[in-house]
Amino acid sequence: MRWILVGIIALCNTVGDVLNTAGMKRQGEAELDPRSVAHMVAGIFRNPLVLAGLGALAVAFIALLSLLSISNVSFAVPATAISYLLETLLAKYVLKEKVTWRRWGAASLVAFGVLMLSW
Amino acid sequence: MNSVTASAVRKTQLLTLVVIASNVVGNVSLSHGMRQVGKIVSASPLDYARAFANPWAMAGVLVLALWMISDLALLSRADLSFVLPVTASAYVLIALAGHFLLHERISAQRWVAIVVITLGVVLAEETPPRTTEGAPEHLL
Repeated sequence: MRWILVGIIALCNTVGDVLNTAGMKRQGEAELDPRSVAHMVAGIFRNPLVLAGLGALAVAFIALLSLLSISNVSFAVPATAISYLLETLLAKYVLKEKVTWRRWGAASLVAFGVLMLSW
Repeated sequence: MNSVTASAVRKTQLLTLVVIASNVVGNVSLSHGMRQVGKIVSASPLDYARAFANPWAMAGVLVLALWMISDLALLSRADLSFVLPVTASAYVLIALAGHFLLHERISAQRWVAIVVITLGVVLAEETPPRTTEGAPEHLL
């Protein structure tokens, strides 16, 4: 059961984060004053990419709640390790980000460290 | 670096800190609450709704809502491949909070894992936060 939930979390997190990044880039750089934040949040509800991304993350979150109730926090949260590499791959080829060796190194170290947490 | 760029960098840094802090506080609080609630593996939304009657679980969900908004704001300013490893420092802080606040044991191997993740965070922090201009047009 644990590992089925882990798979659902990884897949939905990846799809959700990629859609959210694309959608938020389209919305433009957020400013930090209250008025701009309110404007940004209102914009999200008219942004189909972000709405779809949040839908995917909602599924991941419900799976995470189940996982948290049957295992402790140090196991449950790092269960998303696989999504780090998958998301970096999609960031390069779908979002066209410049993923340098430093970023691959960073994603690999984090994914490996996160896997070690759950062993 | 001109003052406009410096101010933009500071905003991105501030958002990064909010994303990490709200992730840690939200997850630790939610985890504490869910363990008071007990096991739930169910397809019924009602079983999950009942968990929110617990104040720790409720507080955790509210703080995680703040995390979600700040994470989206950060993604509007920075690359996903930058945000992911940098905000992974939350795992390190969550493990430490689990140890010191929820009294979870941290094995030698977990301490090594914490160091490995921290190295990844430092490596990502040495890259420029954003390498794209505008939105990924081919997706829109």
